[in-house]
Amino acid sequence: MKITLNNMADEFDANEITVDQLLALKNFTFKMLVVKLNGQVIRKHEFETVTIKDGDEVAVIHLISGG
Amino acid sequence: MEWIYEILKTKTVGIAGCGGLGSNCAMALARAGVGRLILADFDVVSAGNLNRQYFFLDQVGKLKAFALKENVVSVNSNVKVNAFDIRLCSNDVIEVFRDCDVIVEAFDHAKMKQMIIESVLSQMPHKYIVSGIGLAGWGENETLATYHFGKLIICGDMEREISEDLPPFGPRVAIVANMQANVVIEILLGKMTETPK
Repeated sequence: MKITLNNMADEFDANEITVDQLLALKNFTFKMLVVKLNGQVIRKHEFETVTIKDGDEVAVIHLISGG
Repeated sequence: MEWIYEILKTKTVGIAGCGGLGSNCAMALARAGVGRLILADFDVVSAGNLNRQYFFLDQVGKLKAFALKENVVSVNSNVKVNAFDIRLCSNDVIEVFRDCDVIVEAFDHAKMKQMIIESVLSQMPHKYIVSGIGLAGWGENETLATYHFGKLIICGDMEREISEDLPPFGPRVAIVANMQANVVIEILLGKMTETPK
């Protein structure tokens, strides 16, 4: 399947993957993340169940301290 | 030219956090002529803040939200300012920034950044939020950029976290704060290339 990840095209072998699987595949191990799927915020407790499908638009934003 | 100020003076911008990002961003928006600013912070000005935050020596010990209100009004007395001495939680964010046209995320801690971004995107999805992420250290102007994720817009390098060896310094913090202010003005006025001359 083809998705858009952080405004860039990306491709995966599976037909669908959970948010958790996406984070593992991309090696996004950061503790503090905001995940958006097609404009909707996905909370941490939903990472295991919410699935990403072909054509989806995903943003994974790493939050780091400083301000 | 006049139409720019006519529009900006009708607008309200919320500033969540009045530290390095928030203080510099608020001053830029005040100079630009934004009509109303809503400032929120729980902290007090310390001497160590003065290497990057828009405060003065005689303000050390004052609450940041109120000290920033003084500074905003002293450069532009037309700006209406609502200052809140508050440690924002998710419910407060919705309450305090309800009437804002744009919200500026200017917190220090990653956990607070996550809280406000998730709160705004899920509970006020029609609102723009302009966040500052990655501003520690010095130099490397070319790594600072603006990233668009729908109504969430991020300014910074999205990489450099503050630490013992990588403290926040005035120039880089103020650049990101002014990038945020610049994005806010673009949201309020529309893109420069698309506006009538």
